[in-house]
Amino acid sequence: MDHSTEPATLVSRLWRAAIDADEYTAAGIVHTALAEGVDEEALLLELIAPVQEMAGAEWAADRISVAQEHAATAINERIVASLAHRRGGGPRSAPRGRVTVCCVDGEWHAFPARLLAEVLTLRGWRVDYLGAQTPTPHMIAHLHLTNPDAVLLSGSIPTHLPAAHAAITACQAIGVPVLAGGRAFGPGGRWARRLGADRWAADAREAAAALDAGVPRPAPSTARQAVDDLPHLADQEYTLVLQSRTRLVKQTLIELEDRFPAVRDYDEEQRERTAEDLAHIVGFLATALYVDDPDLFTAFLVWTADILEARHVPARSLVAALDVLADELHDFPRARRLTRLGVTALGERSPSSVPVPGVPA
Amino acid sequence: MVRCARCVPSLVSLSRGSPARPFDDQAGTAWPEAPYPVLVVDRHGGLVRVNAAARLLLPDAARGDRLHERVPAWLSQAHRRLGDGTPGTFAGATAGRIDDRFFEAHPTPAGDGDIVWWLVDDTDRRLAETALSDARTRTDVLSEASSALLSTLNVPRCMEMAAAMAAEHLAEAAVLVAPAQGKRYPVTSARRGGPVTQSTQKVNVAEVPGLSEALQGFPPVPARWINPADIPGWVVPENFAGPVGSVIVTPLPGHGVPAGALILLRSGTEHVFSEGEEVFARLFAARAGAALSAARLYTEQAAITATLMHELLPPALRSVHGVEYAGGYRASRDHERVGGDFYDVHPGTGPAEETLVVLGDVAGKGLDAAVLTGKIRNTLHALLPLAEDHGRVLELLNGALLSSHHTRFATLVLASVRRRDHQVHLRLTSAGHLPPLIVRADGTVEEAATRGTLVGALPDVTAHTVRTVLAPGETCLLYTDGITEARGGPLGDELFGERRLRRALAECVGMPAEAVVERVQMLATQWIGTGRHDDMALVAFNARRNGSPTGVDGYGDSGRDE
Repeated sequence: MDHSTEPATLVSRLWRAAIDADEYTAAGIVHTALAEGVDEEALLLELIAPVQEMAGAEWAADRISVAQEHAATAINERIVASLAHRRGGGPRSAPRGRVTVCCVDGEWHAFPARLLAEVLTLRGWRVDYLGAQTPTPHMIAHLHLTNPDAVLLSGSIPTHLPAAHAAITACQAIGVPVLAGGRAFGPGGRWARRLGADRWAADAREAAAALDAGVPRPAPSTARQAVDDLPHLADQEYTLVLQSRTRLVKQTLIELEDRFPAVRDYDEEQRERTAEDLAHIVGFLATALYVDDPDLFTAFLVWTADILEARHVPARSLVAALDVLADELHDFPRARRLTRLGVTALGERSPSSVPVPGVPA
Repeated sequence: MVRCARCVPSLVSLSRGSPARPFDDQAGTAWPEAPYPVLVVDRHGGLVRVNAAARLLLPDAARGDRLHERVPAWLSQAHRRLGDGTPGTFAGATAGRIDDRFFEAHPTPAGDGDIVWWLVDDTDRRLAETALSDARTRTDVLSEASSALLSTLNVPRCMEMAAAMAAEHLAEAAVLVAPAQGKRYPVTSARRGGPVTQSTQKVNVAEVPGLSEALQGFPPVPARWINPADIPGWVVPENFAGPVGSVIVTPLPGHGVPAGALILLRSGTEHVFSEGEEVFARLFAARAGAALSAARLYTEQAAITATLMHELLPPALRSVHGVEYAGGYRASRDHERVGGDFYDVHPGTGPAEETLVVLGDVAGKGLDAAVLTGKIRNTLHALLPLAEDHGRVLELLNGALLSSHHTRFATLVLASVRRRDHQVHLRLTSAGHLPPLIVRADGTVEEAATRGTLVGALPDVTAHTVRTVLAPGETCLLYTDGITEARGGPLGDELFGERRLRRALAECVGMPAEAVVERVQMLATQWIGTGRHDDMALVAFNARRNGSPTGVDGYGDSGRDE
């Protein structure tokens, strides 16, 4: 067995153990590295985090199943838990301060938040980790009871941005500043700023640095509503598109059947998959309308095209769906423009943008 | 009015260089009786004439006096500037105090380079304007205080903001003393421009005049009765500017009982607190007290709820005797944490003993249903010694439910689990509940063939127990109908259904138990989207991989039950 503590070797060994759901081997690798003096924060961020990234990338490339992705996450979670257990729970006698780490309401990807919580704990913060599936009202109730110095809000999927916005304004309204992080907030955190987050951090280390620098409390009297941050919402396009989401999906499915005989021959499961894809397209379209940024929509379409082609589904179907949607959305100028930009982006897409296997992103 | 209107333009026209004589005649008759003080001053600053109203204001002034010896500097200097300047400088009036009154002085030229100063008493308008501006400022402060204080339900934070705002707007320093916790008092101190400090101190509140009365809810002691020299050192914040000059001690009125007291301090170099400021301090204290009481009430209620809720929350699951258990729960109402679904894992006393897994669903949702789940869970816990015989357990539970005042019924599944070598042996019994699903190593999904009647409705219950074995990589799933009856999907109105659940499970061969639970929960949640749903609960278990058959569990076990 290869016992090298070379980072790349460790990553690939841990990766193999994780997708095999081989907890004992995985835990052995990590705890051996720890015993050999590898820094715990480095283990979390330079070994476990890359393995988690690989799980997402390998699923996108259709090289592992959804089940394997879940299994790898479960193994990673257990290893992180075992590290925390080894350290011994409970806050230090004199913590630097108290923070809350939470996922955006509806977000399922809790692992980045978990890693962040562990890194901040290692650096001496008292951390309340609320994880995923915490409704925003529960988080606010928690903040009232604990009065933390900041909330660290993690999001991976951009369609949760409206929920993130609600959480950000709710935290700030009670005088707790919000540091946003995760892929949902866009390249360079541009949507975090648009939603009024007090800070944005690219990764756990940046988040820790931002906390060290201090995040001032927002003045409670500056409470505001969504439309104060995003005046374009007044055109109602976001609201109406989201409200008619299922009608749009049904209508588009019927139109696609009319225009493409192949769709007519789909079995029930294929039909459902197509409907799910359409629902995602409408969801991302609505979110792009919410933040008023076409890049959110086009990036999703390009990513979806890559996912489909990895599964040997031609990405042409996306362009056809966008054409039908554009007709359905004739009363919505912003939405129509998004569909046009989407078609253009798909046309300019380079065919091999799925991450290369084995190379952590 | 008509006469005045005629007379004023003639003065104005004269200022533009008309002959002086007619003015003297006209002015000579008009201004001595004018209701405003009027002074005629020559270009060298000598008083030429003083009218009756001016004599009342300046009793010592007489013809021939030097102006600067009789009037305040603001007026004599304005006169000198006029003497130096060009005729254009006549346009503006000047203003200032004479004794305790406030005047606007309007100059107009008379003949021979003399200047007539018309003094208009502006005192009342000034007072009204100052009062209005003060009232506006106070209203703004109170409104800001209300919105800021009401934004938080956290007691220390609320005290921090109240002290900081009081130091900012009412005094140089503010100290908020909360009711004692035992013998110690939470003290929040703020200095204008300085940090807020909070501590719990063993202090003698009787040392501060009026403080113990304020903490008992007695009316405030007037500020003038408090000798600043009596204020003990613990009240004065660090870096406070000089000795204390004046003090206000005011109670913070709460919900029937005082929410604390506020001490306002001003140093000796500043003016003492006025009566108006005392009234304003009381208005501020009323708001701070209301906010603080609301925060305290919320905190107490939250603590009570958390204590009562603790028993009703679904337990955190972990590995027991070589078998991995994972559970997932979502209440029908997102703001609630509990509902009518429940599960429990009761570990066997040793690896050779069976572990009892229970999952069930009480009719109804919300807190009422959750209270009955608590009763059922307690009853089942008491019946553990009889778990060898599922039928007997259900019979006794049925009896207990029928004899209680609850009218609800429940369905549940019992699973007795024991690991032997690499296999997990199961006894499964459904009491009117959806039968467990078993994911086999080849990806087929079986439904356990157990049937039985629900409990809490009929005098007799029947149940059929089945036995089965899980090979490595195989998983057993117990779930409630909240999963399969989840309504939504891309087209909005379809049931998630058993077919989709089975399809999802077929992909879960060899997965850790928590990954199976997470997968199913995620699919059901995404299926629902933002729609309404019932309570959802599920428990999955399988043989722990590479687990020691002796049941000694390794890494990570205790980490799971956070």
